[in-house]
Amino acid sequence: MPVVVVDVVLKPEISDPQGQAVLGALGRLGHSGVRSVRQGKHFVLEVDGTPDAAELREIAETLLANPVIEDVELHLPTD
Amino acid sequence: MRIGVITFPGSLDDVDAARAVRLAGGEPVSLWHGDHDLKDVDAVVLPGGFSYGDYLRAGAIAARSPLMADVVAAAGTGLPVLGICNGFQVLCEAGLLPGALTRNSHLHFRNRDQGLRVERADTAWTSSFTQGQEIVVPVKNGEGRYVAADADLDRLEGEGRVVVRYVGGNPNGSSRDIAGVTSADGRVVGLMPHPEHAVEDLTGPSTDGLGFFTSVLTSLVGAA
Repeated sequence: MPVVVVDVVLKPEISDPQGQAVLGALGRLGHSGVRSVRQGKHFVLEVDGTPDAAELREIAETLLANPVIEDVELHLPTD
Repeated sequence: MRIGVITFPGSLDDVDAARAVRLAGGEPVSLWHGDHDLKDVDAVVLPGGFSYGDYLRAGAIAARSPLMADVVAAAGTGLPVLGICNGFQVLCEAGLLPGALTRNSHLHFRNRDQGLRVERADTAWTSSFTQGQEIVVPVKNGEGRYVAADADLDRLEGEGRVVVRYVGGNPNGSSRDIAGVTSADGRVVGLMPHPEHAVEDLTGPSTDGLGFFTSVLTSLVGAA
C-alpha cells in the first residue's frame, strides 16, 4: 500500500521552546556542536491506490498542520 | 436569553460556564459537539478543557466537529461566540479568530490568579467593563502562548482586535501580552483566562468574570 509522509515544522519566525529545551539538554550532555533544534511532527499515511497529490496537500494543510504557525513538507512515494 | 455551552469530548469547564451564565441571569443550554443543532440559542460559549486530549494540536480536532460547522456559519451572521481557554484554541483552529495558541514559552502548566486589562469594552462580551479597566480572573494553561506573524500582530493591533491583555506578568509568553482577541465585528471573542471561574466570592479571586456573561445578555437585549 502506498505510503505518504507528511512532515510538519513550525515556521521559522515562531519560537520553539520545546526545541530550545532539547538544545539545552544537549549542551548539558556535552554535545556542544549542535547550534539549534526545531521540533516537529512526522505523519505516515497509508493510502488506497495511487496517491492524489492535490488531496494529500489539502489534508496536510487543512488538518495535519495549522498554516498560521506551521509549514508542511509532503513526501509522495517514488517508485 | 438562551446561551448555549458546547461540550466536546474532554471539555472540563462546561458546567462552570453554564453556572456563570445562570448567575449572570441567562438560561444555559447544553449543546453537544456531535449534533448539528444549535437549539435556537442566542449566543454560544466554548468552554475550557482538553478536547480530544489536545491530540494533534490543542483544539484542532474539536474545531472539525459537526456542531462547529454550524457555529462558524452562525457566527458569520452575527451570533455572539465566546471561547475560553480550550474554547479559544478551538475558535482559532476553526478560523473564526486569528492567530494560534502554542506551548507556553517556559514549558510549564501555569495556574494562578491573573491581572488583565480590558482593551476593548465595546464587544458583545465585554460591554459591562470600561476601557482600560483592570480585572483579576484565574488563568490555567499549558498551551496558552498567543502567536501570529509580526505583520499580522501589527494589523490586529491597528484594527483594535486585542480585547484583553495580561498585566502584572505574562503567564505564558504570549506575543505582546495578548490574552484575548476579537473578530472584526466584535461578536466572536476568545481568551485564555477563565472568567467563568471568577463569578462568586466563595470560589473565585473576584467576581470580575461575571462581566463577560452580563455583557452578552445586555448586547442581546439591545439587539432585540
